[in-house]
Amino acid sequence: MAFKKAIVELGLRRDQVVLVSGIGCHGKMVNYVNVNGFHGIHGRVLPLATGIKLANPTLTVVGFAGDADQYDEGWGHFAHAVRRNIDMTLVVHNNMILGLTTGQATSTSQQEFKTKSTPFGVIPPMLNPVAHALVSNGTFVARGFAGDTRHLTGLMVEAIKHRGFAFLDVFQPCVTFNYLNTYDWVRKRIYKLEEEDHKVANKAKALEKAFEWGERIPSGIFYKEERPTYRDNLPHVKEKSLTELPIEDIDINSLLESMM
Amino acid sequence: MRVVCTMIVNNMSVMVGGEAGAGITRSGFLFAKACLRGGLYVFGANDYQSLIRGGHNFYIARAATEEVYCQADTIDLLLALDKETVVLHKNELVSGGGIVYDGEELSLSEGELSRDDLRLYPVPLKEFVKKLDGELIMRNTVALGATLSLLSYDLEILNGVMKDSFKPEVAELNVKAAKIGYDYAREKYAEDFGYRLEKTKSAGRKRLFLTGNEAVGLGAIQAGCKFYAAYPMTPATPLLHFMAPLDRKYDMIVIQAENEIAAMNMVAGASFAGVRAMTATSGGGFCLMSEALGMTGMTETSPVVVLAQRPGPSTGLPTYSGQGDLRFAIHASQGEFPRVVIAPGDVEECFYTTIEAFNLAEKFQIPAILITDKYLAESHEVAEPFEQNRIEIDRGHLLTDIVYEGEEEYKRHKLTENGISPRAMPGMKGALVRTSADEHTESGYTTDDPDLTTKMNDKRFKKLDALVEELEDYETTKLYGPEEADVTILGWGSTKGPIRETMRLLGKETVKINYLQIIYLTPFPANSVQKILRSARKTIVVENNKTSQLSSLIQEHLLMTVDHKVLQYNGRPFNPRELSERIKEVL
Repeated sequence: MAFKKAIVELGLRRDQVVLVSGIGCHGKMVNYVNVNGFHGIHGRVLPLATGIKLANPTLTVVGFAGDADQYDEGWGHFAHAVRRNIDMTLVVHNNMILGLTTGQATSTSQQEFKTKSTPFGVIPPMLNPVAHALVSNGTFVARGFAGDTRHLTGLMVEAIKHRGFAFLDVFQPCVTFNYLNTYDWVRKRIYKLEEEDHKVANKAKALEKAFEWGERIPSGIFYKEERPTYRDNLPHVKEKSLTELPIEDIDINSLLESMM
Repeated sequence: MRVVCTMIVNNMSVMVGGEAGAGITRSGFLFAKACLRGGLYVFGANDYQSLIRGGHNFYIARAATEEVYCQADTIDLLLALDKETVVLHKNELVSGGGIVYDGEELSLSEGELSRDDLRLYPVPLKEFVKKLDGELIMRNTVALGATLSLLSYDLEILNGVMKDSFKPEVAELNVKAAKIGYDYAREKYAEDFGYRLEKTKSAGRKRLFLTGNEAVGLGAIQAGCKFYAAYPMTPATPLLHFMAPLDRKYDMIVIQAENEIAAMNMVAGASFAGVRAMTATSGGGFCLMSEALGMTGMTETSPVVVLAQRPGPSTGLPTYSGQGDLRFAIHASQGEFPRVVIAPGDVEECFYTTIEAFNLAEKFQIPAILITDKYLAESHEVAEPFEQNRIEIDRGHLLTDIVYEGEEEYKRHKLTENGISPRAMPGMKGALVRTSADEHTESGYTTDDPDLTTKMNDKRFKKLDALVEELEDYETTKLYGPEEADVTILGWGSTKGPIRETMRLLGKETVKINYLQIIYLTPFPANSVQKILRSARKTIVVENNKTSQLSSLIQEHLLMTVDHKVLQYNGRPFNPRELSERIKEVL
């Protein structure tokens, strides 16, 4: 699997890595990858991972969410996590359907797609998470495909190495419930941005590519930039893990004095 | 007609009233703090509507030589910065009470006031401010200066307070403004007002004057809280304002989350990582936090959550006070898991119980909920300086070594005798810390095995047994008054102040009365409550809610009913006079 390979390739110790997952087909990953793990609740991978990373910056924190998990239930956290630019990674397993609950539409299901909850077809157009990440000032925005493990591993390595918030949307077709967006469906359309001389520093171009959908669908890194992380702006704890601070005998006298 | 009365010294209520945004709370606070520094006891409460500008705000400071526990229901001196203040509060003024106002802006006549027993003290506030070339808001300070003169109080004390509260150049201007008001009133109204403030023997003694929110914040910092995430919500917002500027000084991360769901999950994450972490909100935000609160119960993480109540349901009265969320705090989130719910009743308890909350949360690996309300969270009270040598930090079974050297593989949820598993922080060499909001194995892997499910539930609830045992050494209840009494009042939280004042009033009428304050609501201190109820002749529960949630708890845990319930649910705190009348009705 791409994540395990990425950890090995990056030479990370397993006890330095924290895998945070939500609820969905991906959620049980905590059971299958032998690193630290927190299997949280539906939609909340990002704030949970945020708390862990802010508390201890020495950990490599990677969040895994599903498309309903992140783009439906957890959508409200997405733009905020992206713009905060905390040094962590979000991987969304996007199968464009709710699999664990036996096949309902999600916000990345295609318009007119018929599911158990949308027997007459999905009414609104689909969300565009890649474009959203770009306009939310994302510093690393990419898309991968589970049908191409080598490429995906490379993207994961880049995402984890990125100093800042890395967002990686992964097409991971649901072989049980999504009869439309299958491995073959993706394979016919997907191409690699890096093979077409895409410049990852060009945000306008990245946004243009984010809207490309239909006959051809881009994968790879859309956009990448170096921007100070959230912690870079916290000079007092920039180099410190909160977990290592002493908490005995904290002197609050000056505060008490100010209240006298 | 002047009502002639004897001079009243060091016992009065002063109200500052005006529009929102006119610095009302600030001015009231400055006056109150000037009283504190003169050695008096003071209680200061604010009242404001949910508006940015306009609307009516007031701050009422009650000062006396003896201890004061709450506001009074009458006003002795009113600083009216607009007409509405006079209209709304003229009937709360006592006979012989006074009004300081801008005579150029408002005309107050006996006819308009429809009473002739008040002393009127017009001062050209705005004009003086213009002369000083100051901001309009400084008219408050001119009025404060005039007030101190009417009360023959030492202006230097106010000047000292202002110098400590403002930037030097602002302080200097305000000192000038106060002086102008002071001189004007001394010249025009010397010896006219029937009240005086005097320094007491305690002047210069170091005492604190702070709100419940500030006391909780101080407690959190003292307890080693290093991570605070919150979304603004009245009346918990001032706690965020207190913590945010202190992050650098105390090496904390204070983050304004995108909503309460995020705040609670961030705190859960930070706590999992091994840091003492806290969030604060009010009822609506606590609703949003409930799911993640349950997750902390399931994953055995240790957040501290402050629930500062305001009246509901729903948005209710966003800037007022109530106690309607007790049951909610006790039961919030699906399923069953142990928690601790603590309700401090004054600022001192806010400080110490916050530290207890952090210790218990970590020791028993459970969420701790601290429940306050707007009245306690935002009112200023006097407290003796907190004793830092009384503080103990107990992190329970936290593994702090760099390398895990256990004989067997580390298991975050290892089944133990008392249900408490050794807690490693992720990052520890040789240990993998794994947990899940799903039911899980000792190692944190998801399971749906029926035996293990039973075992894990039992494990979590063994911690409750251990917690109950631990709390035997804690002050989970407090008894005020004699052991034996004709009438026993039971209450929790911010009703403490009004109840203690009421006891004083009733004591003067020789009613033998005592009061049991219940500080720990979960686990319920059944033994100590039962002891009092058994010996009580008549019991009265006093609460700021509609359904008397404390009574139902007593019934649930002790199968005992109380004789009477005195309830108020209008968003306002009890006032002692009314409370004593209502208690007398049922005696």
